[in-house]
Amino acid sequence: MPKDEYQSRDFRIVGTRPVRPDGIDKVTGKARYGADMTAPGMLWGAILRSPHAHARIKSIDTSAAEAMKGVKAVITRADFTYQPESASLADVLDNCMAGEKARYDGHAVAAVAATSKSIARAALKAIKVDYGVLPHVTDVDEAMKPDAPVIEAGRVQENVPEGYSENVTGRSQYGHGDPEAGFEKADLVIERHFTTAATHQGYIEPNACLAQLGADGQGEIWVCTQGHYMVRNTCAGVLGLDAGMLRVTASEIGGGFGGKTHVWMEPTALVLSRKAGKPVKLVLSRDEVFRATGPTASSSIDVKIGMKKDGSITGATATYRLQAGAYPGSIAFLSAMCGFAPYDLKHVRTEGYEVMTNRPKAAAYRAPGAPMAAYPVESVIDELCQKLDLDPLETRLKNAAREGTKASYGPTYPAIGLEATLKAAQSHPHWIAPLGENQGRGVACGFWFNFGGDTCVSLMVNPDGTVSLSEGNPDIGGSRASMSMMAAEELGVDLDQVRTVIADTASLGQNEVTDGSRVTFAVGLATIKAARHAIQIMKERAAMTWGIDPEAVDWRDGAAHPAGPNAGKFPPMTIKEIAAIASNTGGPIAGHHEVTAEGAGVSFATHMVDTETDPETGQVKVLRYTVFQDAGKAVHPDYVEGQFQGGAAQGIGWAINEEYIYGEDGRLQNPGFLDYRIPVASDLPMIEPVILEIPNPGHPYGVRGVGETSIVPPLAAIANAVSRSSNVRLTSLPMSPPKVLAAMKGT
Amino acid sequence: MRFQSPESVDEAVALLAADPEARVLAGGTDLLVRLRMGDVAPSAVIDIKRITEMTTIAQDDGGWRIGAAVPSAEMNETAALVTDWPGVTEAADLIGSTQIQGRATVAGNLCNASPAADSVPAMVAAGAVARVAGPNGSRDVPVEDIPTGPGQTSLAQGELVTSIFLPAKPENSGSAYLRFIPRTEMDIAVVGVGITLTLDSAGAVTAAKIALGAVGPKVIVAGDAAKTLIGTTGDDPALDALAAACSAAATPIDDKRGTAEFRRDVTGVIAKRTARIALARAKGEA
Repeated sequence: MPKDEYQSRDFRIVGTRPVRPDGIDKVTGKARYGADMTAPGMLWGAILRSPHAHARIKSIDTSAAEAMKGVKAVITRADFTYQPESASLADVLDNCMAGEKARYDGHAVAAVAATSKSIARAALKAIKVDYGVLPHVTDVDEAMKPDAPVIEAGRVQENVPEGYSENVTGRSQYGHGDPEAGFEKADLVIERHFTTAATHQGYIEPNACLAQLGADGQGEIWVCTQGHYMVRNTCAGVLGLDAGMLRVTASEIGGGFGGKTHVWMEPTALVLSRKAGKPVKLVLSRDEVFRATGPTASSSIDVKIGMKKDGSITGATATYRLQAGAYPGSIAFLSAMCGFAPYDLKHVRTEGYEVMTNRPKAAAYRAPGAPMAAYPVESVIDELCQKLDLDPLETRLKNAAREGTKASYGPTYPAIGLEATLKAAQSHPHWIAPLGENQGRGVACGFWFNFGGDTCVSLMVNPDGTVSLSEGNPDIGGSRASMSMMAAEELGVDLDQVRTVIADTASLGQNEVTDGSRVTFAVGLATIKAARHAIQIMKERAAMTWGIDPEAVDWRDGAAHPAGPNAGKFPPMTIKEIAAIASNTGGPIAGHHEVTAEGAGVSFATHMVDTETDPETGQVKVLRYTVFQDAGKAVHPDYVEGQFQGGAAQGIGWAINEEYIYGEDGRLQNPGFLDYRIPVASDLPMIEPVILEIPNPGHPYGVRGVGETSIVPPLAAIANAVSRSSNVRLTSLPMSPPKVLAAMKGT
Repeated sequence: MRFQSPESVDEAVALLAADPEARVLAGGTDLLVRLRMGDVAPSAVIDIKRITEMTTIAQDDGGWRIGAAVPSAEMNETAALVTDWPGVTEAADLIGSTQIQGRATVAGNLCNASPAADSVPAMVAAGAVARVAGPNGSRDVPVEDIPTGPGQTSLAQGELVTSIFLPAKPENSGSAYLRFIPRTEMDIAVVGVGITLTLDSAGAVTAAKIALGAVGPKVIVAGDAAKTLIGTTGDDPALDALAAACSAAATPIDDKRGTAEFRRDVTGVIAKRTARIALARAKGEA
């Protein structure tokens, strides 16, 4: 077996819970986030945004703003002189600064840079925009109708059937077998319509950057992002710059959840800087974050499932219509892939429709497309179980995908952990705990692909034998701790001998953004291989010192050892001893690894939740919550548990209160945390995380991504709990008090 | 923008009277937010926290006089006030977060004139009276007559509220405030109900005042609803009648925080629950 594949082993550091290296700076306020950086001569940027959901921009008069004292640059789309050829980059450009028309409430139409925040704000008020207001559409079903206002013509892909408006830009289909024949064999078939609201990632740190771009095309950006390489490449592509001339450094990050895997305003800051000749800081307000940075898609869904009396699913179909916002999008295809992924089905078919509307461009949000995919499927399975008097866990086990199952979206699974999570749920005390009046218990399963992608790591052995590790992914969920742990594990040194930093874009090769729950898996894999590279060099240095063949040197416990009696009798050379004489044995020692990581290993979870519904107000309280998820190998269990709990917490918000509310005028009515209700601490019970470890064959330590799957089951798990306790099937999210009360009263 | 810190009520009145664009700063938990959002751009901010009489809580004629700059946290730290008027102090304890309560004042809550202000229905139910100072001297105004609509008050140019007076607590009386919010805290009332009631020795209600928040353009004094309680012991039929009367008195609209129908329903539910607490307190059970 090649050494880079999974091997069972005893770990020394991996699996322990050391204190996080970024903790002290964060709790003392020393950590530098996006808005914390300043530069000499820095100006303050501000963006003017459309108050209309859909409007032609007839003209923009910036003269009064330009004449104001302290205003150093005013820009409109005319200042973005380069037009990208790629449609996706052209969309990013148009989303950063509207061209012919404003496509949603909050769409940027102009920007200023001034010597103070208050001058910048005043200058925005002095800009006169002449709008020609157009009819708008913010509802996904309305937007699909043939007579709906069209956001942009000419973007429809060939696979879209006739009969829809041009807002329907894409359609995808997955599945196998003959679902209609499957339904014939069922004892009960249930078909239902579901809707989910658009929800924002709700990261606490608003988007912020400090940008500088000179007339010579050289520039720098300090930015809060999930991927500074993505920021570099996208800004270069949008502005027609050479990527190598832009150096991008990632700040600490106060949450992203997928929302910071996109570019929203960094090109604007660069163009302001180029025009003003000074660095420009741009910090979005919460209002701007809600109105102009992507929430995830809202959805309209039909699901039909047939089941036999013994619980076996005979056929299943689902149609997902997802709102992409103001530009052609692609999240519905992920829903169509994920919906039935946990189950072993003979007859299954899904389709997804991508639909443009007058809303902000939908963005990735933690397992994008998967929560709204699982919600209707797991709801209908639960209702079938209720009506056929079946145990919901046993029924899921009966239909569970396992090693060798052909997934509904195509591939055949290797070793996976779904059954393990279901069995763990069955044997947990939560499953048999008594319930009180108005209380219900719901369960649901969830799936996410996980991802690998482009990854580079460098590992430097310093002259004193300590180790500096550089990775290219912002640390959003504990990656500096995890990388240091894996490097120390592999090198055989103490954890405090390794420090990991997030390098800028000029210091490592291309790195994919921090998405797809990829970092602990892919960067971890590259870290282990970079460590092995450094070990190989150190073995050669020891061999040279001893005058023996490098093949005759072993590495263990942080030192080179002669491989056996035949290799010669030499005392071990520690990493410190080898580092100390590196200048005399061939020069500085560094390992590195560059890879497009594959074998991320799909991820499954089962969630169990108890809720209590107030019969007089419709208010849902979450009483108890348990997450069962496969982590492959938990490198730092605290962080794994945090991911399990965080996903469940966000799912609870999505299920119960979070929603984008639009008025008749197409304007967002709740762009703030008062009326966009993420859960506060007192809304949540202790969320108990149960970590299962079914090693991923694609990683040397068996690691699987854990960040996203935890948001997939909660919507259905809570809907199932509430539906069971209130004796009415709830099919629309969020399950806010007015909606639940109306459903319970049958109105 | 000027920042001014008068040290007497007269000085504050003079500053306010001279500048129609000036705004009063008490805790600032509404004003500073609106300044930062660009909603208001006053020519002057007049801080009243240097005026001694506006920063104190004092017993007065058997009741309580609460200075307009007293933060709500301080009210809840005054044990005898909490004993006398738990409905008012528990409403003050719901405003924002613990940190916000270190600054936020009930007089500011009143003058901000949000229909959803938590402390207002509680103060109205308690029979609270605002003392208003102005260029023509001072006058006492029932709290329910201060707000006239969302963001609007009956205060004239140059006038400001200097204190809130909570009358002496009647014997065998109890007060309570409850609100409905979609979350468990850090939220804005979708419905708020303040109730103060008094019992006779047989346990029958002899007096009641009920105020509804967030279900109309300003706080609603539900007189007919109060009448349903008089002469009853607050048993289940009485509370059902109270709920129906409170729902009928509410004049909510459909908005992002709930449908009118939902708010009317929940007004009755919350009124019933509030009344149960007030009854228990009047009997000395809670």
